[in-house]
Amino acid sequence: MAVASQIVTSLLQGNRRAVAKAITHVEDRTSEAEKITALLYPHTGKAQVIGITGSGGVGKSTLIEKLVRELRRGGKTVGVIAVDPTSPFSGGAFLGDRIRMQDLSTDEGVFIRSMATRNNPGGLARATMDTVRILDASGKDIILIETVGAGQSEVDIIKIAPTVVVVLAPGFGDAIQAIKAGIMEIGDIFVINKSDREGADKAVINIRAMLQLGTQRGKWMPPIVKTTATTGAGVSELLEKIGEHREYLSTGEASQRQRRIVREEFEEAIKRKTAEHILNALQKEGELDNLISKLLAKEIDPMSAAEEVLNRILTRSKRR
Amino acid sequence: MTEKKIRILVAKPGLDSHDRGAKVVARALRDSGMEVIYTGLRQTPEQIVETVLQEDVDVLGLSILSGAHMTHFPKIMNLMKQKDLKDVLVFAGGIIPEEDIEPLQKLGIREIFGPGTPTETVIDFVKKNVQKSR
Repeated sequence: MAVASQIVTSLLQGNRRAVAKAITHVEDRTSEAEKITALLYPHTGKAQVIGITGSGGVGKSTLIEKLVRELRRGGKTVGVIAVDPTSPFSGGAFLGDRIRMQDLSTDEGVFIRSMATRNNPGGLARATMDTVRILDASGKDIILIETVGAGQSEVDIIKIAPTVVVVLAPGFGDAIQAIKAGIMEIGDIFVINKSDREGADKAVINIRAMLQLGTQRGKWMPPIVKTTATTGAGVSELLEKIGEHREYLSTGEASQRQRRIVREEFEEAIKRKTAEHILNALQKEGELDNLISKLLAKEIDPMSAAEEVLNRILTRSKRR
Repeated sequence: MTEKKIRILVAKPGLDSHDRGAKVVARALRDSGMEVIYTGLRQTPEQIVETVLQEDVDVLGLSILSGAHMTHFPKIMNLMKQKDLKDVLVFAGGIIPEEDIEPLQKLGIREIFGPGTPTETVIDFVKKNVQKSR
């Protein structure tokens, strides 16, 4: 307990080293990680969490750098989580989002953390969620999460962020591509970045048309903002829209969305805890290897084996 | 269920104009299964050390070609000490004359790799020396 409570005490005071260490614990899933998140939980829920998603090369990192600057001018403190993919071949990752944000690294009101997906879909969502909470509890007003891709991505950003900004650029595929990628459903705000390039207006028209075709979730009609991140054009308008979305959420739509987010997280936690419990029990009894051999010999199928194991464990705990 | 990965920052202090070498090393480290954070060119010692802190890396690799290593490296190592980041393994690479190697090692830079070092040497060095139980 000592390690976890020490880290939590000092991160609640805004200690940057403690924040960094806590994130490492949740990423590595150490034995302290669950204690840390449990201790933090009551101190979270204050920050506004915004997902920024889009294909590689559309200018997300540059846009985030400009957003952070604008937010800092308004006196807000900001946390950034930049997620990049882990190579499925080597298990390594190249995390290069900071390159565009390094000028922010010495600002005490900003905390930037790069994160690799570690080929672990459920796990990444969890590590990201826990990192959001750590930054939130440490006192950051706004938390931006940058993820590559959408819909098909390993991070289901909508499960974490109540406001999702989808970033596109002219020439990055047509409307059909946008539907295929599943981004039309997840965006609360759409950004056409690099809008100084040819085709920006056409992209806006395309997205608007696609949005009108789709079924709306609630009363919010996603706005489309043109930006040029390299110059900062359109960035303050984007922030306005983000603010409007926050107000919209506070009208009750939010509580529904928040309930869904919390419910999904809870379901995930139940699944994980049950699976761990059962697998540990099987391992202790030496049953796991036994069952795997049976599966290999086709004596039993995985679903039936799981059912059998579950029944056995349930009857055993009833007897107790 | 712990999934410890080696996290490493590859940083370029000072006014170098290209980063081919740093990218080659970064790529090799990534391909060996590490999580490599890259800062890009022209970093100040303050930026580098703050990044070490925020990213909570196990290893810092410094790359420099400009000849200003005797200015930047001591500053970086000092800041690391001030911020209590002593458990981070530091190595350097680039154009560094023989006679500067010993003073740099005294500062706490564990190894210095010159041009032509095979990437496997760097990978082996990191794997052998990184403190896994932090």
